[in-house]
Amino acid sequence: MMKIRRLRSGTCSGILALAVLAAVAPRARAAEPISANRIPQNQLIQPETLHRELEAGRRPLILQVGSRMLFDEAHIPGAEYAGPASRPEGLEVLRHRVAGLPRNRAMVIYCGCCPWEHCPNIGPAWVLLHQMGFTRVRALYIADNFGADWVHQGYGAEGVQ
Amino acid sequence: MNAVYSLRVARSVVVSSVVFGFLAGAVMGHSEQTLLNRPAPQFVRTDVEGTRIDLAQYRGRVVLLNFWATWCAPCRIEMPLFVQWQQQYGPRGLEIIGVSIDDSEAPVRPFVARMRLDYPVVMGNAKLGDLYGGVYGVPVTFLIDRHGIVCARFDGGSSTSRIEAEMLKILAAP
Repeated sequence: MMKIRRLRSGTCSGILALAVLAAVAPRARAAEPISANRIPQNQLIQPETLHRELEAGRRPLILQVGSRMLFDEAHIPGAEYAGPASRPEGLEVLRHRVAGLPRNRAMVIYCGCCPWEHCPNIGPAWVLLHQMGFTRVRALYIADNFGADWVHQGYGAEGVQ
Repeated sequence: MNAVYSLRVARSVVVSSVVFGFLAGAVMGHSEQTLLNRPAPQFVRTDVEGTRIDLAQYRGRVVLLNFWATWCAPCRIEMPLFVQWQQQYGPRGLEIIGVSIDDSEAPVRPFVARMRLDYPVVMGNAKLGDLYGGVYGVPVTFLIDRHGIVCARFDGGSSTSRIEAEMLKILAAP
């Protein structure tokens, strides 16, 4: 009887441990560096194209997944802050923001902290949304930084006072 | 005597500003140019070691002001060189100040220790970025001459040899 109890107790602990691992592992994986170049070309949107869409009145959900300071200083009008996606806590902000949304919701994510190939945020954000089942996510291709590729192009920006 | 000295200083400010402004114009663009040849926006902050940093106290020194973040790969590439420059050119008047744009100070302190940064690092915010003409990405590096005038701005992973060349000219100026 004692042996069965120990066995059950051991099994329960094992299952609990696996459950904890299963809950933690995807988040840990998602926080690892993921290159922006991993995002497929057909899931990218150019700044000029997004600007035209906004001018035409189309309003996808726009999420800035980079630095809070950069967001506060200047962001795409109407965009929300949900980052930084290179950090586990930032990914949680993003996960929480989109959790209740329909998976076919049109969405644009962007960062613009650094040149595209060096951006640590856009890749993890895209992977997370992809894993969560979102089907209409586009990543704004910012070649150099948000200043050069958006603000100075005259596409419009607002800050947080 | 004081009036003559003031006149000389003013003249040297104008001359150095024109010379370095011309040189720096090549590395600046759009609205950032508004800061060129103008007094560096003043700020007083406490660095991550708890020391008060007042930019006004750096008058007479050449300041390399570097906006960066712990997660920024190009920033990490530049930093060991900045450490070397601080040691090498410090005796000639160079002072480096880092401004982290990380969301919190938590990752910054261990990063500073790990990278062995031997110059002060303060935390930035949107207001400071605005004051400096808009810091919309990192790294961004400013060179401020001995008179407190902004002489150059370098955006993105600029060639560090270009930054060094500009810095040496400014260090050589009165």
